[in-house]
Amino acid sequence: MPVLKSKIDCQGIEFQHNKSAMQSLVDDLKEKLQTIKLGGGQKMRERHLARGKLLPRDRIDAILDPGSPFLELSQFAAYGLYDNQVPAAGIITGIGRVSGQECMIVANDSTVKGGSYFPMTVKKHLRAQDIAQQNNLPCIYLVDSGGANLPLQDEVFPDRDHFGRIFFNQANMSAQNIPQIAVVMGSCTAGGAYVPAMADESIIVKEQGTIFLAGPPLVKAATGEEVDAESLGGGDVHSRVSGVTDHLANNDNHALHIARKAIANLNRIKPNQLACKTSREPLFDPSEIYGVIPKDSKKPYDVREVIARIVDASEFDEFKALYGTTLVCGFAHIHGYPVGIIANNGILFGESAQKGAHFVELCGQRNIPLVFLQNITGFMVGKKYENEGIAKHGAKMVTAVATVKVPKFTIIIGGSFGAGNYGMCGRAYDPRFMFMWPNARISVMGGEQAAGVMATLKREQMQRNNETWTKEDEQAFKQPILENYDHQGHPYYASARLWDDGIIDPVDTRMVLGLSIAASLNKTIEPTRFGVFRM
Amino acid sequence: MSKPLFQKILIANRGEIACRVIRTAHRLGIKTVAVYSDADRYAQHVYLADEAIHIGASSAKESYLVGEKIIAAALATGAEAIHPGYGFLSENTQFCQLCDDNNLIFIGPTASAIEAMGSKSAAKRIMEKASVPLIPGYHGDNQDPDFLKQQADAMGYPVLLKATAGGGGKGMRQVWSSAEFHTALAAAKREAANSFGNDDMLIEKYLTQPRHVEIQIFRDQLGNGVYLFERDCSVQRRHQKVIEEAPAPGLAPDVRNAMGQAALRAAEAIDYHGAGTIEFLLDLDNSFYFMEMNTRLQVEHPVTEMITGQDLVEWQLLVATKHSLPLQQHELSINGHAFEARIYAEDPNQDFLPQTGVLNFLKPPQSSTHIRVDTGVVEGDEVSIYYDPMIAKLIVWDENRDRALQRLSHALRDYRISGVTTNVDFLYNLINVDAFKKADLDTGFIAKHHDAIFSTDSRETLPLRHLAALSLVVKQQQNDVERTNSPWQAANAWRLNEPHMQWLDLQDNNGLFNASIEYIDGGNTGYRITIDNQCVTTQIKINQNTLEATLDGYRLQAEVFHHNNSSTLFYHSGSYHFKQRSSDLGEEDLNDNHALDAPMNGTIVALLVEPGAQVTSGQGLLIMEAMKMEHTIKAPSNGKLIEFKYSPGDLVSAGADLVVFETVVNE
Repeated sequence: MPVLKSKIDCQGIEFQHNKSAMQSLVDDLKEKLQTIKLGGGQKMRERHLARGKLLPRDRIDAILDPGSPFLELSQFAAYGLYDNQVPAAGIITGIGRVSGQECMIVANDSTVKGGSYFPMTVKKHLRAQDIAQQNNLPCIYLVDSGGANLPLQDEVFPDRDHFGRIFFNQANMSAQNIPQIAVVMGSCTAGGAYVPAMADESIIVKEQGTIFLAGPPLVKAATGEEVDAESLGGGDVHSRVSGVTDHLANNDNHALHIARKAIANLNRIKPNQLACKTSREPLFDPSEIYGVIPKDSKKPYDVREVIARIVDASEFDEFKALYGTTLVCGFAHIHGYPVGIIANNGILFGESAQKGAHFVELCGQRNIPLVFLQNITGFMVGKKYENEGIAKHGAKMVTAVATVKVPKFTIIIGGSFGAGNYGMCGRAYDPRFMFMWPNARISVMGGEQAAGVMATLKREQMQRNNETWTKEDEQAFKQPILENYDHQGHPYYASARLWDDGIIDPVDTRMVLGLSIAASLNKTIEPTRFGVFRM
Repeated sequence: MSKPLFQKILIANRGEIACRVIRTAHRLGIKTVAVYSDADRYAQHVYLADEAIHIGASSAKESYLVGEKIIAAALATGAEAIHPGYGFLSENTQFCQLCDDNNLIFIGPTASAIEAMGSKSAAKRIMEKASVPLIPGYHGDNQDPDFLKQQADAMGYPVLLKATAGGGGKGMRQVWSSAEFHTALAAAKREAANSFGNDDMLIEKYLTQPRHVEIQIFRDQLGNGVYLFERDCSVQRRHQKVIEEAPAPGLAPDVRNAMGQAALRAAEAIDYHGAGTIEFLLDLDNSFYFMEMNTRLQVEHPVTEMITGQDLVEWQLLVATKHSLPLQQHELSINGHAFEARIYAEDPNQDFLPQTGVLNFLKPPQSSTHIRVDTGVVEGDEVSIYYDPMIAKLIVWDENRDRALQRLSHALRDYRISGVTTNVDFLYNLINVDAFKKADLDTGFIAKHHDAIFSTDSRETLPLRHLAALSLVVKQQQNDVERTNSPWQAANAWRLNEPHMQWLDLQDNNGLFNASIEYIDGGNTGYRITIDNQCVTTQIKINQNTLEATLDGYRLQAEVFHHNNSSTLFYHSGSYHFKQRSSDLGEEDLNDNHALDAPMNGTIVALLVEPGAQVTSGQGLLIMEAMKMEHTIKAPSNGKLIEFKYSPGDLVSAGADLVVFETVVNE
């Protein structure tokens, strides 16, 4: 395979500027994460520990195989929402290796508002289940939650993608032989009671776990019966009397040990569906990506510099290198897995869109996973391009991306604006995983374009009314729009709302993709049937 | 030498001595036949021999001690002679006679010579006649306890009681005062009866600071005799030798000569032929007393071989085929100095209790002209309850005692064994005691220097705990190499946007500790390991069991062996044991009856309740004995003892289901 060459001067002043800019973004990301990781804060953590319970992240460490990687999802969920009082949306989700098997782990953090479900908690839980379902990953629920957040019930209970969907997913995954294992390590009240009840196998910790449709206060209110939590729905009751749980554990560690055994008994074999090679590190240091990405997002750069720092041995077999050059397409390997890479190298033209559609067809035909490196301001506009049919060329690419069945992975490495987002497999196009770099921005169009469009409309309106608009007034009009776009297009804002699966350090891109691809291969790739391409 | 040697011999022994005899036989072009018990089915001596015959169950009484079976094996394979090794039938006159009756040559002395020396009291009478100096004592036939006590009182205490048929420290007791004489006598008699089937005792004056110096002699059947100098075997524990050396340090040539001549007189007195050892007690004033004669090849014969350059087994074979001795006295001389250290599976901290188990990791030091390892086991073999727990003999040689001692010290450090507790560290400490270096030896050496030998004061400055944690991290990664390409199979504790950390709960002899391991750059550039707030930056390379580790810039090589959750690190100045603790899973389930499995290989001693009895939780059900320790198996809960699966005297192996027990659940 041809090896990519780098033209970057790693000693250059520009490289150093870029590097320090990216470094400060990454530092900020990691610093914020340190706070998020503390969950409900020191006091709540101590109270949790005093009850003899393990903290949720320690539970995850304990259930994983020693040294297993853990691909945590949506770390920034609910960031800046609900007065910033619900770190990680009170639930930790991610993929890790348990008894040799890649599993989706969903762990409530009861130090955060008792582990109750805020709207973003529901969304994060459902997203984890989506990933599990799409990639055929066994699910392990470490339950420790008071259930739906009552004050926000209108945002968590009634709709299709609200609380009830959790159990719908459990039932349907179980039907598809995607194992559902629940470990009850705290309360499991009301709707929450269905998590263990709907599980294929459930484990409860004695004198810690409780399962009931209505807790003691509600029972008293409803029927007047006075009963304590343990005899209403404790581990002993459910393991010996009701049969709601299958295993009674002495403590958290014991419960996790039993869960590991449950996974060990699954009898699953990961399908072998790709011609893999031995993994080789890139020739260029991935940390140089920091210096490659211009500090000024408007400045163009060659995306091959990024590819060279992600793929095995920096080998990249480019497709149609001379045609539609603003879209770079080609074959490579990541951690030994064959991939087709589609990366923006400028604005999308008709040619580049057609090339992209063609390449997606190739990968669909050949069962090769697709990696999208998204940095797109949009499709080209103007009379010439509209007349040449850029809309139908774009549509071809969107059709191909939407209907191809090979696993798709999207990393937003820069801008994600407008219809470019669609063609480059944005969230709506069901990539198996989607991550953003901390320098990325996402919105319907760039802040300046939006402010410009809105200012133009405003000026036209004022001109019709014979009003005058000074430059200063125009700037004052545009400023809040710019600021708003920048705020809402920021990765923290996006990730807080689950528009992606997480913000990643660019250095980790190769590892995150490797883990994502490997996880996706638990599911047999279905044959593709493309939609009608407008010719 | 025109007379032929044997065509084929049978070795009526096992372990290192069988292997050692087979090697010499093969070198001389003699075919060999091994015999083996059930337990030795896969033993080294069986592999080394040209042929091997199964002779019965594991217990020596049913195999190696059954002369008829061994004779039958020799006849079946057409062996002309039997080498008895040491122990087992090596000093058994009936067996010797049995060989004779079947026209098989017993490679050793005649039955009459063995008989003469077999009874210690008879031996002493013979020695007296041959003017070999004797220690004051009573060696008569009158075994009346009161009479014996009178004799002891007359000699003055301390005295030593010895089984007349004894050897190897069994049936031997020190008596320090008149008051304790009878109890000691009874105990010694019991032991003697068990070990030798004969409880006759002799009494000797007990010298408090004697050295044990023995002379190796050899006589052929033509009447020639030589002595191959002496061995000092003063360092003993429980009256068994641990370290032997030759020559005896500081022994004046005239004393050596006097002892040698006395030894030859002793052998001549019984018309002895073959290899023999005359044991003397050497007092501080250079007077020496005959103790006993061993009419066999001794365990410690290699030190003599090392300083004389002779192969004593070859000599035995020559003598047995009526050749004359290969060398005369004036052709023999002492060259350099040799030590032998006996590596035992035993626990020095528990009064040298024998240990059993599988030698999961076994790496002896590299053999050379300076270092010789005589062993009958390889990695994976088991040290069983049936036989002597000796793993190997480590023999070193050098030009003088100091240099040989230094070699021994290094060689012990390089002797790496895991799986069973051994005396290797004990031996290392022992030979590094100043008094040992100065050759200030006597048979009470270990007791006298107990504190120095058993000192736990460690001047270790290496961060061994960090190294231990590091070794577990790389072990984890070794496992994943065998798997696929998938990054999920990596064991690098990878985390998104946070340091890659792992925590380990560990335990060593000093207690519990936790290690946090940070993978620097995914482990590619090393690990930061923090234990007790002490952070050490480490790098490591591993090749099979060998670690090349760098700890804060200090590089060392070590070997690590993991078995289940236990591990041993061997490094240049010692070994370090540690365990990975599994997390606390709370109490065992009520119905978990593993408590009723045999905790180790052993013998059932007594049943404490009747079958059908109702018992309460914690009540003793039966007693089993393993390696001289009694273990009471207790009821795990209230319940009913339905049935015992074994009777007293039965041998059981670890994990065996001992009883049928029914738990009663209290409502």
